[in-house]
Amino acid sequence: MSELWALFLSAAFVDNMPLTLFLGLCTFLALSKRPESALGLGIAMTGVLGVTVPLNWLIYEGLLAPGAWAWAGMPELDLSYLALIAFIGVIAATVQLLEMLLDRFFPAIHAAFGVFLPLLTVQCAILAGSLFMVERSYSLAESAVFGLGSGLGFAVAVAILGALRTRLAYADLPAGLRGLGIAFVLTGLMSLGFASFAQMAVTP
Amino acid sequence: MAARFDIWSTLTEPLVRQNPVTLQILGICSALAVTTSLATALTMSVSLTVVLTLSAILISLIRRHIPETIRLIVQIVIVASLVIVIDQVLQAYFAGISRALSIYVGLITTNCLVLGRTEAYARHNAPFPAAVDAFGNGLGYSLILLFIGGLRELFGRGQLFGWQVLPPADAGGWFTPLGLMLLAPSAFFLLGGLVWAIRSFQPAQVEAPEHTPPADARSVE
Repeated sequence: MSELWALFLSAAFVDNMPLTLFLGLCTFLALSKRPESALGLGIAMTGVLGVTVPLNWLIYEGLLAPGAWAWAGMPELDLSYLALIAFIGVIAATVQLLEMLLDRFFPAIHAAFGVFLPLLTVQCAILAGSLFMVERSYSLAESAVFGLGSGLGFAVAVAILGALRTRLAYADLPAGLRGLGIAFVLTGLMSLGFASFAQMAVTP
Repeated sequence: MAARFDIWSTLTEPLVRQNPVTLQILGICSALAVTTSLATALTMSVSLTVVLTLSAILISLIRRHIPETIRLIVQIVIVASLVIVIDQVLQAYFAGISRALSIYVGLITTNCLVLGRTEAYARHNAPFPAAVDAFGNGLGYSLILLFIGGLRELFGRGQLFGWQVLPPADAGGWFTPLGLMLLAPSAFFLLGGLVWAIRSFQPAQVEAPEHTPPADARSVE
């Protein structure tokens, strides 16, 4: 249990997706102009990552991994090169399904961040979650914890940046630095701060 | 003659004036992650330009046959197939660099730059202009990657493409490597500075302030 907790913390803070691994930066910068939309994006990310990573684990281990078809008399079959297409398909389907479910049962939540959901299909951080899961050969429980942790880390980072950018109203910036430029500098400073988490050792 | 001029401007526009990374915020993830050395930056640039150009040509060729409702899925599948090919080629012939790039080659699939160009341009244009536009955007992306990759490798290790350019202090030279250049924050700072520099020369790109203080802010003070 404590090992899972350590994995959760390291996924959320030590290997923070946008700040240390540069993943999902496009939406990270584009949707952090206001704290409300930033928070909506963070919640949507946590939900989608938490669902797609374990789902892709099932598909990878059950259908694509080397030797997954041994029961059918084809132990040599290695379909792992198809992982990319399969993962993208699963992610697109999950996002679509999630959107339909939310629309049907929780219309208020759907209205709150419905705009961001379709965007998440082409979010690098979400695909990266599944690819890391394969690269680091997690188990099913680990992949679920990893997905939730990464999503939460993303949510924390994007909410902080959203709040910081609102405060820029009081800053007298040079014209060329306004908008994207200062967003990069802020992200860099946050990244410096999150770098201190690298020293964080969770003892099981 | 006019047509040739158009092709030229389609090709050169994305290099600085409409640069996909610094102006349109497309494809930043990979731009920052792979720029700790020039070799990985170059590999990534070439892979992305190839994928982008080929997918633009393919999508442009079948643009009249893709149903509007499922076009995103079709585009993603085409891009993903091309990325798998590139990934397998890299693994086969450049195993070291392929390991260094880790999952970032696979992430070309969801690079907003690729889908952005196929969605915005290739879907409405004939194959040749689409290819030129994609190639130009690929070059603009590569330019940024190589610039940042070069700076980070030069100041972080004193090397360019793995060759020692600046003599390091512990081998009798004068150069002390800046470890920070190889860490994540410096990539953000460099790109922020680059955006600032470009916008100083291209004032048209300057953004309006995102937030304005409330009207009574001064009276509160």
